[in-house]
Amino acid sequence: MNAQTSFILKLVALAVIACVPLSGESFYIELVGKVLVMAIFAMSLDLLVGFTGLVSFGHAAYFGIAAYAVAILSPQYEAASLWYVLPASIGLAALAAFVIGLFVLRTKGIYFIMVTLAFAQMAYFIFHDTPLGGGSDGTYLNNKPSSAIFGWEPFDLNNEIHMFYFILVTLIVVYLFLARVLQSPFGRVLVGIKSNEHRMQSLGYFTFRYKLGAFTLAGGLGGLAGFLYATLFGFVTPELLSWHESGNVLLMVILGGMGNLAGVIAGAFAFELMREVFADITKYWQLLMGGVIVAVVLFLPGGLAGIPGRIKRAMHGGESK
Amino acid sequence: MDFASFLIQTLNSLQYGLLLFLVASGLTLVFGIMGIINLAHGSFYMIGAYLAFVLTSATGSLMLAIALGIPLALVFGAFLEWALFAHLYKRDHLEQVLLTYGLILIFEQLRSLLVGDDVHGVAIPAFLDASIQLTEVMSYPVYRLAISVVCIVLAVALYFVIQRTRLGMMIRAGNDDRSMVESLGININMVYRIVFALGVAMAALAGMLASPISSVFPNMGSQVLIISFVIVVIGGIGSVWGALVAALIVGFADTFGKVLVPELSGIVVYVVMAVVLLWRPEGILKKG
Repeated sequence: MNAQTSFILKLVALAVIACVPLSGESFYIELVGKVLVMAIFAMSLDLLVGFTGLVSFGHAAYFGIAAYAVAILSPQYEAASLWYVLPASIGLAALAAFVIGLFVLRTKGIYFIMVTLAFAQMAYFIFHDTPLGGGSDGTYLNNKPSSAIFGWEPFDLNNEIHMFYFILVTLIVVYLFLARVLQSPFGRVLVGIKSNEHRMQSLGYFTFRYKLGAFTLAGGLGGLAGFLYATLFGFVTPELLSWHESGNVLLMVILGGMGNLAGVIAGAFAFELMREVFADITKYWQLLMGGVIVAVVLFLPGGLAGIPGRIKRAMHGGESK
Repeated sequence: MDFASFLIQTLNSLQYGLLLFLVASGLTLVFGIMGIINLAHGSFYMIGAYLAFVLTSATGSLMLAIALGIPLALVFGAFLEWALFAHLYKRDHLEQVLLTYGLILIFEQLRSLLVGDDVHGVAIPAFLDASIQLTEVMSYPVYRLAISVVCIVLAVALYFVIQRTRLGMMIRAGNDDRSMVESLGININMVYRIVFALGVAMAALAGMLASPISSVFPNMGSQVLIISFVIVVIGGIGSVWGALVAALIVGFADTFGKVLVPELSGIVVYVVMAVVLLWRPEGILKKG
């Protein structure tokens, strides 16, 4: 697929998604809105897993911390200002990622996977066991943040269509931002760390600082997704930080093919739609989901994004490993 | 805290830590020797507990259930290694994480289909169903002591197998350098299969032993899995003795945490892990 067709395909996909609110069905608008939020979340993780080579199994922590931040920072009976809670919740998630990063980035490989999981679990228990965010029941966000600036309100997040486009625009901004970051010298170093960290070190880079930067950035963007989630649904529970969520988002990244931002968005769609479809046709959806995951690992390395390449190789009779 | 309750909590810590050691030692061996991160290890604990429940209901005795359950777990472990894990050795950690995550979903759903989602109790065998009187008001259940004794016996047996037998030699050598072991003509695949099956059986046994005191409930596997990860991290990957030390540390930290700072009890263990990571990023007893 050359760059031009790929660009046109992306535009077509974007146009189709942008038409969803025309359906007028609240169910679909909310469902696709949720998928877009998860796509932002998955892209933030892809920065770590796909580009820097850091397999974090605790990414839901930052998603959940920001989601809780919205609920806790908003006053109980009136709407908070979007221009205050949005940066505050992203900032808190990024701060948490920075502090946790100082610990977990001292480890590598299997250790890194387990330690990120353990720290996410620690965050989970903080919300689950202490009265900070309503304990195990979670808490409600009674009023969605207001976008008013000096009395002028450009959009209203209580309106489902406004909310949908707010999420869609955020997704596009995050996509372009990450694509730009990856083109920058910083992004180049991250990709270099993924392929050979020792070489980057001998070239004189303090790889720890770059990894910490990537970890913090990914935490902040994951927090942005958590902020959108809490605003979309109006309630938060400790389950948002659970390791199942970390596993699910990792799955979206893999399904989409790591290191491919557009592919990861497709992965989020595939995952969430699979969940909807399986949950619709059978109450045993976990069994099917588990079976699909096992099959993907055994038979489809490279994820969905690897399929076009496989077809091409098969057609040209090339070796298909 | 008076002396009697201190003693009780100490015994509880030992019992909990030793039980965790049974789960974590299998996990750390599979990590160390095969280089596989196995998220489904907690499921083996869950499966053991449900086996104990089902078999005890069928046979009327936990001892019989354990006697039947261990060979079942060994066969199940060998089968899983042959069918799935053998294909994962050359894959990267990410794919191992995914496949074993998928397995958890499958195991939990099968558990829900076959046994349901209710919490079940398992009866303590009659001859162990007693308590030792410590003071006029406090006593300690014999069954918990019996768990500790069984775990200590197993830990000693594991030490003997690893340090003193031919199989143990192969396991230790495989831990150090697998290609060298292969070139010496040792069937490393068979060693892998045995180690994996042993790990599954020990985790399942831990679940069976714990079933009368913790009861049997959905998601019991994931709790144990994550605590076992913490133990492996603290102890150092691949180090069985590190796992023993770390399991005891975690047992004490968790039990005394619950007594001394109940509102933060879930967090204490992770704080311990963070401190160890700062001090020794590769675990207390770093391998080779």
